[in-house]
Amino acid sequence: MEPSHSASHPLAIHDLTVAYHRKPVIWDIDLDIPEGKLVGVIGPNGAGKSTLIKACMDLIPRASGEISIYGKPYKKQRSLVGYVPQRESVDWDFPVSAQDVVAMGLYRKVGWFKPVRKKHLDKAREMLSHVGIEHLAERQISQLSGGQQQRVFLARALAQEAKFYMMDEPFAAVDAATERAIVSLLRELKNQGKTCMVVHHDLATVAKYFDWVVLLNMRIVDAGPTDLVFTEENLRKTYGGKLSLLDEAAQAMRHGKSHK
Amino acid sequence: MTWMPADTSIVVVGSLCAVACALPGCFMVLRRMSMMGDAISHAVLPGLALGFLLTGSRASLPMFMGAAVMGLLTAYFTQSISKWGKVDRGAAMGITFTTMFALGLLLIVQATDHVDIDPGCVLYGALELTPFNTFGVIEMAGYIIDIPHSAIVLSIVLCMNLGIIILLFKEFKISAYDPELATTLGINAQLMHYLLMAMVAVTTVAAFESVGSIIVIAMLVVPAATAQLLTDNLKIMLVISAVVGVLAAVMGHISAIIVPPMLGFDGTSTSGMIAGSAGLLFMFVWLFAPRYGLVAKLFSSRKIEVPEMVASRDSACPK
Repeated sequence: MEPSHSASHPLAIHDLTVAYHRKPVIWDIDLDIPEGKLVGVIGPNGAGKSTLIKACMDLIPRASGEISIYGKPYKKQRSLVGYVPQRESVDWDFPVSAQDVVAMGLYRKVGWFKPVRKKHLDKAREMLSHVGIEHLAERQISQLSGGQQQRVFLARALAQEAKFYMMDEPFAAVDAATERAIVSLLRELKNQGKTCMVVHHDLATVAKYFDWVVLLNMRIVDAGPTDLVFTEENLRKTYGGKLSLLDEAAQAMRHGKSHK
Repeated sequence: MTWMPADTSIVVVGSLCAVACALPGCFMVLRRMSMMGDAISHAVLPGLALGFLLTGSRASLPMFMGAAVMGLLTAYFTQSISKWGKVDRGAAMGITFTTMFALGLLLIVQATDHVDIDPGCVLYGALELTPFNTFGVIEMAGYIIDIPHSAIVLSIVLCMNLGIIILLFKEFKISAYDPELATTLGINAQLMHYLLMAMVAVTTVAAFESVGSIIVIAMLVVPAATAQLLTDNLKIMLVISAVVGVLAAVMGHISAIIVPPMLGFDGTSTSGMIAGSAGLLFMFVWLFAPRYGLVAKLFSSRKIEVPEMVASRDSACPK
């Protein structure tokens, strides 16, 4: 099925190639993400998952290709997109509190040159209570556990009140309670008609969490509803000769099916 | 020891310089690029020389413009070299600023055939001479107060830095903490970085003639690093760094008067003593800061910490 790139898609990518030092990281990507789905982006390390997400938000230059968010370039649609970066991408020793970090999601609404006011901080607190850590609002962020830090990032994304969320490995190294909290949050967003595109690395939970999957290894191996696309054959194509991973994948499939 | 009006102006100029440097210094320390101040304070030299050679005067404005341009170029070259040359940022910085500093020295040596810019003066400054270079005199309540020229220049730069940081506080904050998120929100972290570098370059030049470039580097880094050990709040960190800067200036000048005679020398440079005092202040805080000090850490590591499992069970309540 050839992607149609219509304006109703939260994300439409046409012929995207990104290269570092002339070596392609992602190659000739053609992809439409349907609205209202939880989309998992899966592939081996170095497959270009984070690169794909960053390219969509103009964070890294692209060698070629066009990307549109609801039919327009990212620059014009900033307010529709929420971003959850990888947890390791920031300095957790920075002198800010959890509430300060969440309030950053509101900076666009606050506007240039204007200070953050009480109503913004109240909103940040509300978002923190939404992810279950309101009592940690005043804590400096290095004094939070890994799972709590991830919740802060999610609360910040919620504060952005976007229609389309891109999340880079939100499940990486979090405790079981946080993992459950993130899943219920994703479902809640979906029920509100929002779209989430999530980079994910745990094959065992793909079928359980996502209703749409993008299999990526420099190129798109396949993309579509999880039932149709998340097959053993596709995983073999995505992960290549990495046998141990394939065993894991096969197990994941059985596991996934037994959950339905 | 006798305190003269000249001593007051030296301390005032030193403090103005310290605070003007400490404010942008906080953001540089937080972005983990403290040595960029070192790089820029050297790299502005060709800017100063060019400003002078082109206009033929030592007027401040062309020199500031030259310096700001060189500051931006330093930031740009550092970035490009580390990106395209596959070398780390520190190395790229080293390549950039030594080359530019060398170029500046060449230009100055050229110029000194005609005028007096003294390379030694650029490095060490002449804080002790500030009272003699007066801008004007005001009479207040019967006292005659000389206003040093450098006090005026540094006040303007300090106000400018303060104004920019107050106006763009949250933009600087998010660009330093999470540049990618800032950029996706439409606050270009790269541009904010260049603005910061321009501020540092202009501040450096303003401080050059009074305290010299070596002290500028100390004032850009040490008060900010000291403040970081004392607070978890960015606004408070900015205030503390300014206080530490002023303390260092006062302590530095007093010890420059007192210490050398005690050791049998006849005098020393106030600038050097200011930097030394800042170092001592840092050391004191590093040892005794309530939470992040060495002593506090030694004590707290003896206590048993609450295991992560127990802590997360208390907080884990997904809605």
